[in-house]
Amino acid sequence: MRFLAGSRKTVWEGHGISVLVCPRSLAVTSLLLLLVVCLGAASLGVGAMGFGPDLLLELANQPPGSMVHRVFFDIRLPRTLTAILVGAALGASGLIFQSISRNALGSPDIIGFTTGAATGAIVQIVLFSPSALGVAVAAIVGGLVTALVVYGLSVRDGSVAGYRLILVGIGIGAILSAVNGLLLVKGDLDNAVVANLWLAGSLDARNWGHVIPVGLGCLVLMPVLVLLASRLQLMEMGDDTARQLGVRVEAVRLTMVLCAVALAGLATGAAGPVAFIALAAPQLVVRLLPSGRLPVIGAAAMGALLMVVTDLLSRLFPLEVMLPIGRMTGVIGGIYLIWLLGRVRGI
Amino acid sequence: MNQESEWPLLSGKSLTLSYGARPIVQDLSVSIPEGKLTVVIGPNACGKSTLLRALSRLLSPEHGQVLMQGRDVSQYSARAFARLLGMLPQSSRAPAGICVADLVARGRFPHQSLFRQWREEDDRAVAEAMVATGVSGLADAVVDELSGGQRQRVWLAMLLAQQTPVMLLDEPTTWLDIAHQLEVLELCRRLNRNEGRTLVVVLHDLNQAARYADHLIVMKAGRIVGSGSPEFVMTEALVEDVFHIRSRILSDPVTGRPWILPLASTGHMED
Repeated sequence: MRFLAGSRKTVWEGHGISVLVCPRSLAVTSLLLLLVVCLGAASLGVGAMGFGPDLLLELANQPPGSMVHRVFFDIRLPRTLTAILVGAALGASGLIFQSISRNALGSPDIIGFTTGAATGAIVQIVLFSPSALGVAVAAIVGGLVTALVVYGLSVRDGSVAGYRLILVGIGIGAILSAVNGLLLVKGDLDNAVVANLWLAGSLDARNWGHVIPVGLGCLVLMPVLVLLASRLQLMEMGDDTARQLGVRVEAVRLTMVLCAVALAGLATGAAGPVAFIALAAPQLVVRLLPSGRLPVIGAAAMGALLMVVTDLLSRLFPLEVMLPIGRMTGVIGGIYLIWLLGRVRGI
Repeated sequence: MNQESEWPLLSGKSLTLSYGARPIVQDLSVSIPEGKLTVVIGPNACGKSTLLRALSRLLSPEHGQVLMQGRDVSQYSARAFARLLGMLPQSSRAPAGICVADLVARGRFPHQSLFRQWREEDDRAVAEAMVATGVSGLADAVVDELSGGQRQRVWLAMLLAQQTPVMLLDEPTTWLDIAHQLEVLELCRRLNRNEGRTLVVVLHDLNQAARYADHLIVMKAGRIVGSGSPEFVMTEALVEDVFHIRSRILSDPVTGRPWILPLASTGHMED
């Protein structure tokens, strides 16, 4: 192991293999992951049926199929896992989009991709059936189609300017939210109620049908993001500079956009349109880490942490009604955005 | 004294280059001699940068082909090509908050792989590049906070760390004061003389071009109107034709190279 002067990294070597490690990134990311696990575990115990710290013992003593088992495995665990996975997917997706657009506002919830995913999901719920898998697929399709339209309209002379992507995205997002409202009015009343609840963004009544698609998505797509992150990082210096260093700029960008849209779509399919996680998580994690790197795992961990914390708050909130998570993140994210605008010059 | 006959390392054959529907360069052939310092000059918008982008594979030619060591550049893998040829574009953006050492280290990308992320030779290449460009003392400084001249030298250091036998520099002196301009040009000459690297540099200053070039390429309106040694190429007629100025060409009392003394503008540079 050797410490590199100036660059705040260490090299781990052996057997002809050398790996670059940044101790501070490693520490921060591990801490975030640890917090996700701890708070996730805590959130398993919150609800009408309180689980104490002796939870595991209780589970072991009760036969499978008992009330405790069903509450734990069919209600609490899917809810917490959905929160973690949705947060991770949104955090990573936001990081990728913010890097590609070189703008903090270039996250999928601002530039209409999650609204588009919601349109896909509402079409599925209102016109077909509200099954979890159907909604997940429809949300991805909706997100991809929106991404394609926004991207297509933002291209000028073969490249996409960040601010143009954002402006076009906001416009398309506004149109789509009007379409979403229209679909609710036009649809069958029962389905419209389901769709409306879904549109608020909720972790209530999540089951394994919600967990599995977004879980598989994270499992498959996160490694791709991690592997390509160093190239995307080089592309932040400009396409020509990255290309002359041997990065296949177009291929990397296309792959990253597809993965990030799929992650945002899957997250939206699982929990409805959840605001601000994709915007805030990457910005927060970038402030904690040494600059110049693209922390995919860190952003995912931060997104998961924000979701779990928000979910805990919304359930412990001293209100008669539980606030849907999408609204709760909206409130928290709005406060964060105002703080960010007040703090950063040049926005 | 025409040097066209030497074996070219890098060459373009009947290139037509355009952005969208707008052709910038039509049916242009060029060869870059190996182990020489080639300087490209020409008025604004004559296609110098476009030619450099084509030679470095950043722009695919509409017609014609670019050959590196006799092989079409599109046949190289992206990384293999990036180990042969490095290019300093006119502008690059430094990621917010990145420090100098980290930025220079990025030049090692084409030499790295998933399981070989950093080796001793990477350390050495980065250290050498920073010494050569005089930015060693700035290793921990944040690139955004440097002066224009310092920043340009940091970008040059990144290119040096790439350790390519061929280097193309698009107007590397543009944002620099005269002392730093000479520093960059001297560095180019050292890289060429001491390490045998092949350099192609776009410059604006005619006297600097004449002084530092082994091989001079003069462009006008997307065509090459002169190439060879500066003594051979730099004539009063050519300077008037290309740059629209009347001039006297003297001999530089220090280096013996052509010394262009501009006298007056002869009109507009509308072509």
